[in-house]
Amino acid sequence: MSDKPFRVLPRVTPENEHFWRGGERGELRFLRCAACRTYVHPPSPVCPTCYARELAPEAVSGRATVLTYTWNHQPWVPSPDHPYPIAIVEIEEQAGLRLMTNVLRVTEETLRVGMQVQVVFEHHDDVWIPLFEPRPA
Amino acid sequence: MTREILERRTAVTGIGQSDVGRRLGRDPLALTLDACLAAIADAGLRPSDIDGLATYPGAMGGAPGFTGAGVTEVHDALRLKLDWFTGGMERPGQLGCVIDACAAVAAGYARHVLCFRSVWEGTAQGKGGRSGIGVGGGGFRAQGPTMEYTLPFRAYSAASWIALVAQRHFHEYGTTREQLAQIALNARRNAAGNPKAIYREPLTLEQYLGARMISTPFCLYDCDVPCDGGTAVIVSHVDAARDLRRRPLRVEAVGSALRGRPSWDQFDDLTTMALRDAAAMLWERTDLRPSDVDVAELYDGFSFIALAWLEALGFCPKGEGGRFIEGGAAIAREGEIPLNTNGGQLSGGRLHGFGFLHEACVQLWGEGGARQVPGDPQVGVAAAGGGPLGGCLLLTRA
Repeated sequence: MSDKPFRVLPRVTPENEHFWRGGERGELRFLRCAACRTYVHPPSPVCPTCYARELAPEAVSGRATVLTYTWNHQPWVPSPDHPYPIAIVEIEEQAGLRLMTNVLRVTEETLRVGMQVQVVFEHHDDVWIPLFEPRPA
Repeated sequence: MTREILERRTAVTGIGQSDVGRRLGRDPLALTLDACLAAIADAGLRPSDIDGLATYPGAMGGAPGFTGAGVTEVHDALRLKLDWFTGGMERPGQLGCVIDACAAVAAGYARHVLCFRSVWEGTAQGKGGRSGIGVGGGGFRAQGPTMEYTLPFRAYSAASWIALVAQRHFHEYGTTREQLAQIALNARRNAAGNPKAIYREPLTLEQYLGARMISTPFCLYDCDVPCDGGTAVIVSHVDAARDLRRRPLRVEAVGSALRGRPSWDQFDDLTTMALRDAAAMLWERTDLRPSDVDVAELYDGFSFIALAWLEALGFCPKGEGGRFIEGGAAIAREGEIPLNTNGGQLSGGRLHGFGFLHEACVQLWGEGGARQVPGDPQVGVAAAGGGPLGGCLLLTRA
């Protein structure tokens, strides 16, 4: 446990548990529209592209690209690991399918926009937080 | 059929501001009422003339000191007789309630709307340092479209959320910290001419570059300073404005659009924000052009937001903001487009949006004193909000 930082955890609901608990099986899951195949995030009962209502969770590859990042230095919450990186990544399966996340195993010298990353999960209580680390070339 | 731009039937007729300070330790309702009564008197009105009331965000919980008073408290304290009132957060930025007031006046719901915003974050946060958002005690769980997908990733503050946008802008356009610094340095220079500003001593580029980082690329001086203070403006129908104390400042156009996703991290273009759409709408409603604007008061809760507003409002091309502000000459008081002439929120204090509108009026009335822009300014723009918040107004002396 000691290598995990404090995290505010999400409230898990029937609507979002595929996302927050997919990591128990090593899966990053998003809702996907059965009609037009659009991935939808955050979860919604209606497809924002075709407005169909048949959406179901589906695992993606977990491969993603870093779109942007920031190294947070301010101790909003006390922790020994400042600064730590916050990033927005784009999931490989769909342009614009994005997550805010943290990137692990990087330094201020190595983390770059465009970096190819792979999902990993950090288990806290009843949720598995999707984080990313560099993907071997 | 010619479209009538209805906000042109409205004008700002008075402004008011309480004492402003880092930690005044005063009752936030008293600060709010100081501002409200000052604005009413400034317009040459009495409280009994006020028939509309608007505020952002209204009574709410949230971060300590984020709101000094809601609609109900001010309504009752002044025993107003209202035909129209509104308060709340779900609107296009802090000035969204002023835009709503313009619509209400143009529609005939009210003739004189008192619009106010007050904060007491300086006192409320005490010496404990600036708060993150939603960092609750044990067992607290994040929910809602913003908090659920930011807090679990240790992104506790808009400092980090906006830093992500700034960093993408740095990446795509080559923007640098030295360029971004000019927003902060310009604000500090201008604050020297504002007796109410929080920080008035000179700030150098070396001090800026040497300051501790908050969330890269933002250092301490890229973040506004929490304070205590209230600000108010009166929006009147032009027909009811003619015989008042001041020459009315006509609302030429407003911008309230949000055409992309309403989100800090899901907006389509990661180098800009909702303000892109608000600014576009403003120019869709007027024949004036950016080159007609004499003074720009643009939200700088984080320095990069002002840069993004400069681009969005067309004072420079998209992506050129860094090069435009380089060296600081273009945005100086005597420059191409004088920016944040009272020190903005970075040095003037985080009056949260309303300070920009107040200062635009001060400048258009020629009452800036030591910080007055030269050349008898005729047209000013006030803009507030970053992330999914963005709203703006174009005012003219005509």
